[in-house]
Amino acid sequence: MPGKLKVKIVAGRHLPVMDRASDLTDAFVEVKFGNTTFKTDVYLKSLNPQWNSEWFKFEVDDEDLQDEPLQITVLDHDTYSANDAIGKVYIDIDPLLYSEAATVISGWFPIYDTIHGIRGEINVVVKVDLFNDLNRFRQSSCGVKFFCTTSIPKCYRAVIIHGFVEELVVNEDPEYQWIDRIRTPRASNEARQRLISLMSGELQRKIGLKVLEMRGNAVVGYLQCFDLEGESGLVVRAIGTACTLDKLSSPAAFLPACNSPSKEMKELPFNEDPNPNTHSSGPSTPLKNQTYSFSPSKSYSRQSSSSDTDLSLTPKTGMGSGSAGKEGGPFKALLRQQTQSALEQREFPFFTLTAFPPGFLVHVGGVVSARSVKLLDRIHNPDEPETRDAWWAEIRQEIKSHAKALGCHAVVGYSESTSICEEVCILSASGTAAVLNPRFLQDGTVEGCLEQRIEENLPAGCGFCHIPYDELNMPFPAHLTYCYNCRKQKVPDVLFTTIDLPTDATVVGKGCLIQARLCRLKKKAQAEANATAISNLLPFMEYEVHTQLMNKLKLKGMNALFGLRIQITVGENMLMGLASATAVYLAALPMPGGIQIAGKTPSDGSYEQHISHMQKKISDTIAKNKELYEINPPEISEEIIGSPIPEPKQRSRLLRSQSESSDEVTELDLSHGKKDAFVLEIDDTDAMEDVHSLLTDVPPPSGFYSCNTEIMPGINNWTSEIQMFTSVRVIRLSSLNLTNQALNKNFNDLCENLLKSLYFKLRSMIPCCLCHVNFTVSLPEDELIQVTVTAVAITFDKNQALQTTKTHIEKSLQRASTDNEELLQFPLELCSDSLPSHPFPPAKEHLESARSNSGIPAAQRAVTVEKASPMGEGNFRNRSAPPCANSTVGVVKMTPLSFIPGAKITKYLGIINMFFIRETTSLREEGGVSGFLHAFIAEVFAMVRAHVAALGGNAVVSYIMKQCVFMENPNKNQAQCLINVSGDAVIFVRESELEVISTQQPTANCQQSCAGGEVTT
Amino acid sequence: MTSELDIFVGNTTLIDEEVYRLWLDGYSVSDAVALRVRAGILEQTGATAAVLQSDTMDHYRTFHMLERLLHAPPKLLHQLVFQIPPSRQALLIERYYAFDEAFVREVLGKKLSKGTKKDLDDISAKTGITLKSCRRQFDNFKRVFKVVEEMRGSLADNIQQHFLFSDRLARDYAAIVFFANNRFETAKKKLQYLSFGDFAFCAELMIQNWTLGAVDSQVDDMDMDLDKEFLQDLKELKVLVADKDLLDLHKSLVCTALRGKLGVFSEMEANFKNLSRGLVNVAAKLTHNKDVRDLFVDLVEKFVEPCRSDHWPLGDVRLFLNQYSVTVHSLDGFRHQALWDRYMDTLRGCLLRLYHD
Repeated sequence: MPGKLKVKIVAGRHLPVMDRASDLTDAFVEVKFGNTTFKTDVYLKSLNPQWNSEWFKFEVDDEDLQDEPLQITVLDHDTYSANDAIGKVYIDIDPLLYSEAATVISGWFPIYDTIHGIRGEINVVVKVDLFNDLNRFRQSSCGVKFFCTTSIPKCYRAVIIHGFVEELVVNEDPEYQWIDRIRTPRASNEARQRLISLMSGELQRKIGLKVLEMRGNAVVGYLQCFDLEGESGLVVRAIGTACTLDKLSSPAAFLPACNSPSKEMKELPFNEDPNPNTHSSGPSTPLKNQTYSFSPSKSYSRQSSSSDTDLSLTPKTGMGSGSAGKEGGPFKALLRQQTQSALEQREFPFFTLTAFPPGFLVHVGGVVSARSVKLLDRIHNPDEPETRDAWWAEIRQEIKSHAKALGCHAVVGYSESTSICEEVCILSASGTAAVLNPRFLQDGTVEGCLEQRIEENLPAGCGFCHIPYDELNMPFPAHLTYCYNCRKQKVPDVLFTTIDLPTDATVVGKGCLIQARLCRLKKKAQAEANATAISNLLPFMEYEVHTQLMNKLKLKGMNALFGLRIQITVGENMLMGLASATAVYLAALPMPGGIQIAGKTPSDGSYEQHISHMQKKISDTIAKNKELYEINPPEISEEIIGSPIPEPKQRSRLLRSQSESSDEVTELDLSHGKKDAFVLEIDDTDAMEDVHSLLTDVPPPSGFYSCNTEIMPGINNWTSEIQMFTSVRVIRLSSLNLTNQALNKNFNDLCENLLKSLYFKLRSMIPCCLCHVNFTVSLPEDELIQVTVTAVAITFDKNQALQTTKTHIEKSLQRASTDNEELLQFPLELCSDSLPSHPFPPAKEHLESARSNSGIPAAQRAVTVEKASPMGEGNFRNRSAPPCANSTVGVVKMTPLSFIPGAKITKYLGIINMFFIRETTSLREEGGVSGFLHAFIAEVFAMVRAHVAALGGNAVVSYIMKQCVFMENPNKNQAQCLINVSGDAVIFVRESELEVISTQQPTANCQQSCAGGEVTT
Repeated sequence: MTSELDIFVGNTTLIDEEVYRLWLDGYSVSDAVALRVRAGILEQTGATAAVLQSDTMDHYRTFHMLERLLHAPPKLLHQLVFQIPPSRQALLIERYYAFDEAFVREVLGKKLSKGTKKDLDDISAKTGITLKSCRRQFDNFKRVFKVVEEMRGSLADNIQQHFLFSDRLARDYAAIVFFANNRFETAKKKLQYLSFGDFAFCAELMIQNWTLGAVDSQVDDMDMDLDKEFLQDLKELKVLVADKDLLDLHKSLVCTALRGKLGVFSEMEANFKNLSRGLVNVAAKLTHNKDVRDLFVDLVEKFVEPCRSDHWPLGDVRLFLNQYSVTVHSLDGFRHQALWDRYMDTLRGCLLRLYHD
């Protein structure tokens, strides 16, 4: 009995008129938690009732506290007939359950009704008294903090990053129960809202328990999703990264107090399993590993793909050390070994984080992904969600083995998603294979000695590009060169990742959003036939998406993708693929070659001419893009780079659709030349079409940039104006001309027009950047395509931006030359000295960076940090707008990013996770589908803001609209929409308001200059 | 490919002032798009017509949703659905309640009833203002009228408090409400040369001096209705023209004071008795509602037009009116000095404002 929940109903305002005769309302309130209900008095004849109730007290288990939402219902009293419900407010009291978050929830909440929308507001105060519970066998996990943010939250420090946590719960969907035939839509919607609220509470509690088991105290990168499986039920699942976080005492000081002993330490058994690695028959591409498995959920399962599953999951002993490189091989191996041990005993070494503490990420291998097609069946027993668990476990195993094939022991930027159509479900998982620094993953005792070393020794800005796999025994054909930054390690010619750009990465010019869009028709089919058809189509979709991405990347003159997200959506008669990523030019990777067009058919003159015309157009576009994104990397002569690595001469040619007969992904050759031009063969009209579509993507108007990562590479001086928005479009395809080409064109136009509209709408913010552009595609009906976009526009100071970029390029030039000098000046022996003193030399980079760091003045290194850090201090101090005075409703900012430009987050108040259903039977009267959805989304925003304000916050960060399911039936004048949103409620303080005490100033400055090399004290 | 649904929702509600103006002016979406195209927005921004169409639709939808809140501006401030910075809220309110000069001149002084609303078609045809916009403006007048009638305290203050208008707009609305309540005739052909500003100016003076509020600030409707007692008393002023000696004395005093100072002295001298009779008779007639309504017609007929036909310069009118009202204090036989001042101070202000071409 460890908690007492106290609720006070203060007042209402703007209530709707419920009594037509008097034009007034006799309102009262029911307060329900679990099975206990309290009522206020009836406040007669008022639209602004003042109940001022006593404190309603609920004595409850903390298990219930976590699972149950507080349910407040406002009703109109009626003497003769049943009382009419005005609307409800659900309050998640979870933020009150841990000490550092909110202490009270108090404020005006919109009263929401699933049929009428918001109907007035109610003022509520909620408090919780928690008693200490020493029961070891408790089922609750109060006190575990949850963050949607996919990086270590700003005012915390990660002591240990424990790793992956996942859980799912299933239930029957109330909407599909028999009782729904006789229930009102309102009752049905409310049953659903309540159930999902309960399920997500339960899910969070269960995840919390797992975190406590791991001795963590927080979940970062918490992602919760609903699968509306229709008749087969409702699945709520969540993944996250368990961490032990330490709160930084002063919000101004970001510098971790490195030697402070962590409170919670975990003894990990030291596992001596060495590097698995180097399986030559690994998956085919450097960037993605694809598996398509289809199992109709009964017993048999057909693995359509590759050898991946043969890849032994138990690592082979004795491999991996010899091949890691000429110098420093042993160290690398040691690092591997050590990290391995930390990770190996974990079932899934996955991290949902996309941005990491400095030094965490050692190498990045590439994107790994897996998909599988399943047939849904009824969930017979809600208490045993094994089937779904098994499905996900299967996929995660595949991801894990792919990562191993890339020589990586971990997967970062990991996420999972589903697409459901009728009884077919595509499960997808993707992430970035990586080698991590063991420091954050284990026992705090090692921390002390390792810390300094590692952080000092990482080579600035290129280490993560170096290949983690064995170059002599590569899992796929790739073209390696020596790193263009440090020239010691090998790098691939392109790099695809799902993570954010590391803050210390050296980037040339600016980045940009690129998208690959694809539709494929599919015959309508039932059950297994349908699933088979889908799994047969998937490899081609992946291949084409990949080709498009590669082509567009080359067209931009860039060489790396960050934040890659590939979404495959299944509909009745088609499949859609949409990939978004932020392209950049990494200084460490080689300059991309151009694109060459080759005609295949023996040509007549006009055809030749046409080809050369196209070629010219493409070359022009590349040149234009280079100028647009300021890509002018320092010219480096071949001698410095050294002789190219000998490799089998492979024609860098894209093989198009020859592999149609086969579903073996391994046959796809996605390789491409190092310096050679990328060759596009035009052998049929289809290909011609593709080249055309390449060129139709128009760049954003001048003054606009866009990316789908947290921050835009190359822009660092954000000003304080932000505008988060959601835009939804649905188009109806005319069913007559449904061909793949027509579909592609429609889809392409839809996305391009949507982007154009955004640029137009936000033109008053120029110069500005659309950040975290998140596209979601769904196919609600046969001929409907729905695209939902959420993003944030942030203004920046153009003049400053230009300056900094320039100096930055100069610096990186300088650095390049310094590095080379350093190479000569510091003999290798230097490093061996440091070896014995540190039992676990973390990396080979250790050595080089020790050198390069000592060679480069701290100030210079700081440039990188300042550039990439979202809040370069001082940049904003003069520019942030004065706070809005005398506004009656406090402003609550919302952003999908983890930070607020020009401001510091001083406190995290708890997670916001809300689910709403809205339904109408008077669609025309509410302004049609657009009017209906527009109002609903505005209301959802309002409810999120109200909850944040009631927690005492003034912003939501890492906001995400995870689901927006829209269904309409215009003939019946009806529509329904389900929306699920989440984010972290925070308090931020404008830097201009933040009075930095003079004593704190040096610390802050020091932190800035140190952060690059992390000279810790 | 047809667009079924197309929306954009910002955390901060985007307000495009230009589109807002077009919406307020009552243009349909397609008309608004055409007007925006004509304004050259496509060239400036490089957008396509489809983008413009979608943008305009979006804004129209937003305005449509905001309209309900704009009917009670304090609601706009307290609502939670649209996050709008205070300066923008003020702009939305101010523009929504702004009115066209041409329109207000048509309905000023008319009863804000259904009957008048039916005439809006004609007004729309006559003024070229869209019917939609006419309806909005008319409904605005009526809404403000309904809210502030029967309220205590200053009319302009009440309006400002309940509708959050700027000072200027609140005073304009006070004039509109005052005119509607007292049904002053403003539509006569003779009065066509007068602007809304002229009437609003007079209304303000009258509210300040002639209403119940001028003597007692604790009564309902204090700024809406004229002080009936005061109007009754005005009959006493008749003695100024009925008593021949008094009239002659008044005239000679004024003439003595103004001799040599007035360019139109002889015309003034010749017309003095007519003018004085006119002004005093207007006062004496104000006991009847019908004559109150004709106040401006009478003032123009009895004073403005005679002076204008003799080409009095404005400066001379001012000198004359000052002298005319001040001199009354020197008339020993006249006992209603205070009454005279309350009447004449306001009337003088009004006449000077009304005296132009």
